[in-house]
Amino acid sequence: MSQKSQRIAAVTGNEAVAEALRQSNPDVCAAYPITPQTDLMQRFASFANNGKVKTEMILVESEHSAMSACIGAAAAGGRVVTATSGPGLALMWEMLFVASGMRLPIIMPVVNRSLSAPLNIHGDHSDAMGARDSGWIQLWSENAQEAYDNVIQAFRIAEHMDIRLPVMVCLDGFIISHSIERIEYLDDDTVKNFVREYKELLPLLNIKKPISYGPLILPDYYHEYKRAQHDVMAKVPKIVQEVAEDFEKASGRKYGLFESYRLEDAEIAIVVLNSAAGTTKDVIDEFRDRGIKAGLLKPRLFRPFPYVEIGEALKHLKAVCVLDRADSFGAYGPMFTEIAASLYPYKEKPLLINKIYGLGGRDYMPSQAELVLNELVDILNTGRVKTFKEYIGVRE
Amino acid sequence: MKLKTWKEVTPGAVITEAGSALKFKTGSWRAFKPIWIEENCIQCMFCWLYCPDMAVKTKDGKRAEFDYDYCKGCGICAFECPGKKGNKAIVMEEEGK
Repeated sequence: MSQKSQRIAAVTGNEAVAEALRQSNPDVCAAYPITPQTDLMQRFASFANNGKVKTEMILVESEHSAMSACIGAAAAGGRVVTATSGPGLALMWEMLFVASGMRLPIIMPVVNRSLSAPLNIHGDHSDAMGARDSGWIQLWSENAQEAYDNVIQAFRIAEHMDIRLPVMVCLDGFIISHSIERIEYLDDDTVKNFVREYKELLPLLNIKKPISYGPLILPDYYHEYKRAQHDVMAKVPKIVQEVAEDFEKASGRKYGLFESYRLEDAEIAIVVLNSAAGTTKDVIDEFRDRGIKAGLLKPRLFRPFPYVEIGEALKHLKAVCVLDRADSFGAYGPMFTEIAASLYPYKEKPLLINKIYGLGGRDYMPSQAELVLNELVDILNTGRVKTFKEYIGVRE
Repeated sequence: MKLKTWKEVTPGAVITEAGSALKFKTGSWRAFKPIWIEENCIQCMFCWLYCPDMAVKTKDGKRAEFDYDYCKGCGICAFECPGKKGNKAIVMEEEGK
């Protein structure tokens, strides 16, 4: 299914995401610069300054203020975007819960960066993993194309009248945000028709019907509001699938809750998010050439986490390694615990191991994927696990 | 008032009815209760001015009784009250005494 006039360009991840934001034409953007997101917002601010979008650009004094301004604008009744990275996301933390608790469909590309200390500007997933319980929907992207496509789809998911929740679109800092890739852009009209006109729900600026956002809710009601929030999250996967089907019609590119790569007949597999999936797929191909039945699962929707679907996709395997680009110090990596939980209901399930890789932008090399797959082969042959959690690509 | 279930609450805890705070009688929070002693009152209206709620009522431009449905017992009125010849027109009393 080929599209009318897709533009092909060589651009960075940041550039691709800025283009998706331009084509979606938000009403308000409040942002604060932080590496590696800076270049994304600088590009978008240029669009706003040059009249390429009708967006009201609010330059604030911190990320806490950026998210606060986004919340105000979204409650007022506008389509709102921002973007951030690492410590910027950490500074937004308090307001993230306000955005989701108020059910405001704010779109935020997160250019994944490590957290201090030690100070580091490079890509890992500590930032977004730290925000996984904030009530935001999280979409993760392997490359610039997926980041561009996810941002466009995010508007439809967030603004769906049954959902009305904020969405983070995660892409790896520098590895994706600053590397140039081949991108297929949709034309402006296709995106405009896909994201549709923004529809308000309970806009604060409707003076004919005065309402209040952000009331004090005491123990007699707070629990009910959180139960309702849990319920709306449960509706998200179905909407994500529906939006992906629509997106396929518009773009020819197929998305789901996660990507399976050579997984159906596999015995061993790696589960990994974002850019490292590309490298891993290459190594899996090499193992397949040698007759080893290896596969990969790359989650796309991390919040809400599709436990049942992922459990079904992995349960037939013999051994699985979950690669985490973030650590929960004194515990397993954040994705490992999710994968373990999704497999828990099954009597027959693969042995699981967890590797922490690539922190602070440490390169993830094919040799690391080889090491992991060889260990999985070992587990397959012996049925024994030596270490459940381990750092890889680290000087011992 | 019958409490709503989680299926009945508005998205994002938005309050869709203007002025609905009137329905919530917040006076039950009070630990100390202001008592108005009319013979010591000079009608300066400081209590009416300083009340952070609207719990000091007036009638025909004069000081009237407290609205105990909304008075949270903060004590600001009693503190500000100049009284008459050293005798306060508002004193705080422990609730339930």
